[in-house]
Amino acid sequence: MLTQLSASELAAKLKSRETSAIEVAEAHLARIDQMDGEVGAYLEVCREAALESARLAQARLDEHTDGPLTGIPIAVKDNLSTLGIETTCASRILEGYVPPFDATVVSKLKEAGMVLLGKTNLDEFAMGTSCENSALKVTRNPWDPDRSPGGSSGGSAAAVAAELAPMALGSDTGGSIRMPAALCGIVGFKPTYGRVSRYGLVAFGSSLDQVGPLARTVEDAASLAAAVSGHDPSDSTSLRDSAIRTDGLKNGSLKGVKVGLPKQLMSDAVQPGVRDAFDMALEALVREGALVDEVDLPSIEYGVTTYYVIAPAEASSNLARFDGIRFGAQRTGEGHIGNVSATRGQLFGHEVKLRIMVGTYALSAGYYDDYYVRAQQVRSMMSDEFNRAFSDYDCLLSPTSPVVAFRLGELRDDQMALKMLDLCTIPANLGGFPSISLPCGFSQDLPVGMCLTGPVNSDERLLQIAYACEQGLPWGYRRPPMP
Amino acid sequence: MVRYLPSVGMEVHAELKTRSKMFCRCPVAFGGEPNTRVCPVCLGLPGALPVPNRAAVEMVVRTALALNCQIAYDSVFHRKNYFYPDLPKGYQVSQYGETNPIGYQGWLGIPVKGGGTKRIAIRRVHLEEDTGKLMHLPSGGSGVDFNRAGVPLMEIVTEFPPDIESADEARDYLVQLRSILVWLGVCDGKMEEGSLRCEPNISIRPEGSDRHGVKTELKNLNSFRAVHQGVLFEVARQSAVLDRGERVVQETRGWNESTQTSFVMRTKESEQDYRYFACPDLAPMHFEKDWVERQRSELPELPLAMQERFQRQFGLNAEHSGLLVSDRDWAEFFEESVRLGGDAQVVCNWMNADFAKLLNESGQRARRDAQEDDSTASLVTPAHLADISRLILNGTVNSKVAKQLLGEAFATGAMPSRLVEQRGLTQVSDASLIQDAVARVIEDNPGPVDQFRSGKEGVIGFLVGKVMRETEGRANPSLVQEEMRRQLEK
Ligand SMILES: [Zn+2]
Repeated sequence: MLTQLSASELAAKLKSRETSAIEVAEAHLARIDQMDGEVGAYLEVCREAALESARLAQARLDEHTDGPLTGIPIAVKDNLSTLGIETTCASRILEGYVPPFDATVVSKLKEAGMVLLGKTNLDEFAMGTSCENSALKVTRNPWDPDRSPGGSSGGSAAAVAAELAPMALGSDTGGSIRMPAALCGIVGFKPTYGRVSRYGLVAFGSSLDQVGPLARTVEDAASLAAAVSGHDPSDSTSLRDSAIRTDGLKNGSLKGVKVGLPKQLMSDAVQPGVRDAFDMALEALVREGALVDEVDLPSIEYGVTTYYVIAPAEASSNLARFDGIRFGAQRTGEGHIGNVSATRGQLFGHEVKLRIMVGTYALSAGYYDDYYVRAQQVRSMMSDEFNRAFSDYDCLLSPTSPVVAFRLGELRDDQMALKMLDLCTIPANLGGFPSISLPCGFSQDLPVGMCLTGPVNSDERLLQIAYACEQGLPWGYRRPPMP
Repeated sequence: MVRYLPSVGMEVHAELKTRSKMFCRCPVAFGGEPNTRVCPVCLGLPGALPVPNRAAVEMVVRTALALNCQIAYDSVFHRKNYFYPDLPKGYQVSQYGETNPIGYQGWLGIPVKGGGTKRIAIRRVHLEEDTGKLMHLPSGGSGVDFNRAGVPLMEIVTEFPPDIESADEARDYLVQLRSILVWLGVCDGKMEEGSLRCEPNISIRPEGSDRHGVKTELKNLNSFRAVHQGVLFEVARQSAVLDRGERVVQETRGWNESTQTSFVMRTKESEQDYRYFACPDLAPMHFEKDWVERQRSELPELPLAMQERFQRQFGLNAEHSGLLVSDRDWAEFFEESVRLGGDAQVVCNWMNADFAKLLNESGQRARRDAQEDDSTASLVTPAHLADISRLILNGTVNSKVAKQLLGEAFATGAMPSRLVEQRGLTQVSDASLIQDAVARVIEDNPGPVDQFRSGKEGVIGFLVGKVMRETEGRANPSLVQEEMRRQLEK
């Protein structure tokens, strides 16, 4: 079945004329028709546009003007701006908003000849770790429909795991790509901050947000990262010479690779089953020659707290533009401020309002120094600590999520527990480090992921190590129990 | 009766004359159909990101240097958060802090009556983005035009306590500031179009007190005159309030141009919390010291300094030299003309009178050099005025002929000395010709001649004029005067 193939396998079949871009698109659209009612990964499926771009892709294949991803279908998280396609961020405040421009990453997908299947569900404005904060739809984990796919890129992760797309784009502010990738049993990669353009990504925490790939193999994740990365003059925070290369991806091995295990991430917070799966994976990596050592990174303890000051502070300002005047939905009240507060009060969800309030508070006169300034100090202290560790280790390794996929609703009333799930992934965002999650085993028949984090701009090396891990692990990618 | 001392702080916003907006590529222009110069960035659409305009940053550095400021070698953009319909993103990108603005702790000299200058301390010169404009729709209701949103805006604020102590000084400060901004080419200075906006804050205190009074801020002042009148009015109004034993209320007041009075716009109940923080979408700016020094060394001589030099170097008076430096091209035209051999006083007189009048009537402007190819530039070059100056001083033509020559040069670009050669317009200095003409005039005008002889000497001007007309303006007027006096007193 075409939908079970990875992107690199599909690409090989497209180039050898064993199949066509149209067949590949049709197969995925048919599976979406068949399965997405249950999964709920997509907020919008762009059937006609997808078939049209598949025809164009096939023409490029026929003319031999194709690239490595020409004709490969893709799903895109609905916080990435898409020209002519409604972009909602899973919020009622953006219902009906059809952007007049493409995000830079979306333009790059189009230039590569990829076929955009549709827009995927997320926690409203990417704020959440379960996808349950979507105001528009419930997304279910393909491994167990009663469980959350994780978040916030839950729709993208579920789509890739359920074979409703071979690859997808997500965004990662505190773990939003890696966490759902782990819970759905796939690969999720957050590149170094600045290597993928943020232009057209609806901002949540601007200094933390990064766009990245979700796929079923490291190789696919790497090739999608290569396609969307590179300097963008429209994004002032984009790095020069930042295109991610894949030429050395398969040339590495684990022999002699120095891996640090942060002591603080091996705590009681990690479920025993997750810990067991992780330990078994670790043994396999050691057998392949990895040199594993425990490392003490005390600042990790402050990671979540720091993150929950900085991200909401930036969000409170980033989300100020949603006032109902220029785009999106509007509600009316008394006067201008009445209109704005009616629009925002009625159309933002609870979690979004909560974070806006927390962020507004953290930036307010009298609190700014104690919260925002302090958090920035901790952030730079943490980066320093990690950078020192990176002088001794090629990468740091931990479980991606301390738990396997939880039941929908299970943690809804335990905000603190939900927020602690980002413990392992948040440091990479605070430091701008590249970080990748890949499947490393199972607990309670649910996938467990492990997370590799490297120093800034080590994206190629990190992908190379991740590829070697994937090859060396006895339990690689597995299909979820779906037809 | 208590005497009150006014203090005036000045907050000036200048729209920078860049081609494109501060953070996007939309063009900067005045007027036009609403919302025709907008894009995702300046409309604040979700996901759009700013890219700073280098030219705008450089203009602010140059201005800050011209205003004798310290330069913040490391400077960041902040977000100023508040809700208003004309503010697309819910925050304005601006610069906060004492030593973070591109320029801080500078001063501007204003001329003092009787010579010399007074320094007005400047607190900050920073860069921000302009907002959109609210407009009332003909259908009722209101709309927003975002054409202006994102236009680079420079804010220049004076130090507190302010050095400005009168309405005259407030106006002089603004006149000097505007002239520097226009001189540097960073702002077109059009107050009536809002590209230069001035919001003075005014307080008074009883003579002898060093405690500053409650400030009121004035808005909607769109001319130098309005600034002057507005400050005068506020000082008088506040004085009356205090004289009645009442308190001045801290408020923002608008200026009503037709009634020449101010009115309450809003009372400041509490200081608004703008929640400033460094904008995470924009990298911090860093200026190399060498680069800043190069900018400093490349600054042109500023108008006030140039005016003083003109007085020193050429012996021109303050008024004449002031007119010459009213515009940079004008001042450069003058200097070039003098460099080409023109006499400073003669060139200055002709520029400020006849030439200025010709330009004014035709709507043209003075050209920078002979090569310039622009239909709005007049055909008269600095060389033409140097030429006229020479012809006058060596007695070849009198001023009446010179005026004709300038008119022709203005119309055709012809060089005056060439016209003189071609047409024999050389001034008549031949003694016998002048003697004959004077004798004829004396014979034909017995009445004035009698008046002169009975002591009304002023009438000689009338008689000399007659001779000039008779000789079609070619006679040397000083010789005519001499001969006339000689013959009348015979
Ligand atoms: Zn624009």
